[in-house]
Amino acid sequence: MAWYVGRRLLQMIPVFLGATLLIYAMVFLLPGDPVAALGGERGLNPAVAAQIRAEYNLDKPFLVQYLLYLQGIFTFDLGTTFSGRPVTDVMADAFPVTFQLAVMALAFEAVFGIAAGVIAGLRKGKAFDATVLVLSLLVVAVPTFVIGFVMQFVVGVKLRWLPTAVGSDVSFTSLIMPAIVLGAVSFAYVLRLTRNSVAENLTADHVRTATAKGLSRPRVVSVHVLRNSLIPVVTFLGADLGALMGGAIITEGIFNINGVGGTLFRAIQQGQSTTVVSVTTVLVIVYIVANLLVDLLYAALDPRIRYA
Amino acid sequence: MSQPTSTGAAARPSDQQPLLAIRDLEVSFTTAAGVVPAVRGVDLTVYPGQTVAIVGESGSGKSTTAHAIIDLLPGTGKVTGGSIMFEGRDLAALSRREMVAVRGKEIGLVPQDPMSNLNPVWSVGFQVKEALKANGVARGAAADKRVAELLTEAGLPDAARRAKQYPHEYSGGMRQRALIAIGLAARPKLLIADEPTSALDVTVQRTILDHLQGLTEELGTAVLFITHDLGLAAERAEHLVVMYRGKVVESGPARDILSAPRHPYTQRLVASAPSLASQRIQSAKERGVTTTELLAPTGGDGVNATRDDVVAVENLTRTFKLRGGRPGKQKEFTAVDDVSFAIKRGTTMALVGESGSGKSTVANIVLNLLDPTSGRILFDGTDLSTLNRAQLFDFRRRVQPIFQNPYGSLDPMYSIYRTIEEPLRTHKIGDQKSREARVRELLDLVALPASTMRRYPNELSGGQRQRIAIARALALGPEVIVCDEAVSALDVLVQAQILTLLNDLQAELGLSYLFITHDLAVVRQIADEVCVMKSGKIVEAAVTDEVFDNPREQYTRDLLAAIPGAALNIFGGSDQGIRA
Repeated sequence: MAWYVGRRLLQMIPVFLGATLLIYAMVFLLPGDPVAALGGERGLNPAVAAQIRAEYNLDKPFLVQYLLYLQGIFTFDLGTTFSGRPVTDVMADAFPVTFQLAVMALAFEAVFGIAAGVIAGLRKGKAFDATVLVLSLLVVAVPTFVIGFVMQFVVGVKLRWLPTAVGSDVSFTSLIMPAIVLGAVSFAYVLRLTRNSVAENLTADHVRTATAKGLSRPRVVSVHVLRNSLIPVVTFLGADLGALMGGAIITEGIFNINGVGGTLFRAIQQGQSTTVVSVTTVLVIVYIVANLLVDLLYAALDPRIRYA
Repeated sequence: MSQPTSTGAAARPSDQQPLLAIRDLEVSFTTAAGVVPAVRGVDLTVYPGQTVAIVGESGSGKSTTAHAIIDLLPGTGKVTGGSIMFEGRDLAALSRREMVAVRGKEIGLVPQDPMSNLNPVWSVGFQVKEALKANGVARGAAADKRVAELLTEAGLPDAARRAKQYPHEYSGGMRQRALIAIGLAARPKLLIADEPTSALDVTVQRTILDHLQGLTEELGTAVLFITHDLGLAAERAEHLVVMYRGKVVESGPARDILSAPRHPYTQRLVASAPSLASQRIQSAKERGVTTTELLAPTGGDGVNATRDDVVAVENLTRTFKLRGGRPGKQKEFTAVDDVSFAIKRGTTMALVGESGSGKSTVANIVLNLLDPTSGRILFDGTDLSTLNRAQLFDFRRRVQPIFQNPYGSLDPMYSIYRTIEEPLRTHKIGDQKSREARVRELLDLVALPASTMRRYPNELSGGQRQRIAIARALALGPEVIVCDEAVSALDVLVQAQILTLLNDLQAELGLSYLFITHDLAVVRQIADEVCVMKSGKIVEAAVTDEVFDNPREQYTRDLLAAIPGAALNIFGGSDQGIRA
């Protein structure tokens, strides 16, 4: 087990190097000159431009730039943005709020998705099942920004149940609505996945054996159907954490959240390679760690899986 | 249905009240096409302590009848008529809650497939303990102790430690023992054993059934034994009930039914039970000799006309690396260990062994789907490892497989025509018109109407599908066919038909078969020579009759003794062996 975790952590090194190099190269290859863009219409004094280029190592060859960047990482210096702010500061601003948002969204889709999915699976073909399936299809089909704006308008503006936007006042209540919007599509997937998994497991031979033993129906469902059904759902949820963190840009935009998505978007537009690469790399690491946790959870749910 | 007459040791007073009395039972399933009756007016009586067997092919309604008793019908199944009286109560009229109280406590179940009937995510001990708790037998530490006792009683060694393990750490036989422990946990008065050993090797089957029989006799538990194997039923039960298409066609004392079957279906069943009638299917064989001689190359002299070895396997060894383990410390597993044999042209070589003996690995190597670690295969004198791409392509045409599961080996999205035509198209043989003619010819060869070609696998029965698989294998006019458990998934009657078909085809086309099976009874019907495999090695190799009449190895003798019904001497009219 320790061997397995160690090996998986070691695998993160090549992934980290590969991801940073790839992202760095892509930002480098973006059309346009970020330094020239800083000057706007009038253009920069060539001497100033050269100074900026030297300061940000933009005058050096690509590989040297990349190696200097790596060197910075190991000395905990991720460089600064063009406005002179340390990249670490930018990330410290953006990540906590996005992380909180992603975890809340994950909790929402897990709790409600699994609960509704189990009920639908147990009542396959009945009214509840049919309704929930149609609703979930609707959620998947309607774009996130539509759900976001409609909810903001109805719940926030008309009913005034929840704050309409987050802004600088990040609190649990203000993040509830964004979390629901962010997790809506995954909620629908979790629901359908759970529902199918439960319905399938209900017909398994070992469930019939459990019934034949004389167990009551609630016991059969909770002990012999639920645990087996959650295995595929857990896989989905784990992979989803990474997607929720990196993909929150629309939701962040609607609810005015100063998070990872917006930061990344602005950095890409301005060609700020250090910021883009740093933020993306952290996202990659979050993704890898989440996957590792899923694999470990998997072994806890299913004793057939043993890592050696 | 006739009253069970007393048979030897199983005598019972005629005034005894039946434990279970099923009268006029009707069970139907609702499908898109309407209501389909599965059980039609079944009568069945089980007395306390008695063992009754229901025999029939798949789809005969035997399992449905059993599941109706404890309200475990799958899907849309419903009891639509009749009564199931158990100790004076009609089980069909019980509420859901009352039925929960009956299950496990009054009537236990030992299900069919030990691989899928234990929940993989809970330890075996936990699953046995559940049965104890649910039926109020024991709880807490007392229950843990009882679990170990029950597992020991079911024949599981080192039960206290084993109880903490998970089903995947158990072999099939051990899982079935655990299921028996669960079925008997609350000491039910009736145990329904639904094909409890059909998924197991014959030797394991024998020890488990012996054990189950001993246990139920000791506890005085009545057993309703469900099986497709007439020999097995006759060996294990006092009273037989033969079911066919949802109806009981014959019932009575086991010996009477075997020695004097009255219903035509039972007669066919008795005649084709491989465990009872064990002779090489001969009629076609005779023709086979002449055909091969006619087909033999005419250019040479008489010596060439004698049968040569079409496939020669020399010192074959195959090892697999076991997954996991640290680098450099990986373990190796030898699946096939120095195996040599040869298949003479136009004959059948059978490779027999239990699961895990390496026989399927040999089949895959002969098919060149797997490379040997060492050793070589000569096909028609050519070493397979020396073939280049074009030669390999040609080899594929000349050696064809038929696999065990006709449900899995046919692509459900392909029509039968496309399935059979595909090898012809792959090898660019003929144009569309001639290929269609060939498909017709092949269907005719396997005795299916030409109209079958427009249908899809799911519209066909298991036997029909296996015929399609044979037609596909024959499409390219192969010389050797590797049958990997080709009849193991089929009912006895269908099995007999397919074996006859394979024999006729061998005679007609001069085919050579490599027949992989775990079933010695089948070997006797089809094979000319036999190799018995155990743990990757060939332990005995001889002509079929020699192996059956004069087995040299203890292992072969064990295998022979384990054939269900082997001890029955039904045609001799002797009394012994019915309830051994």
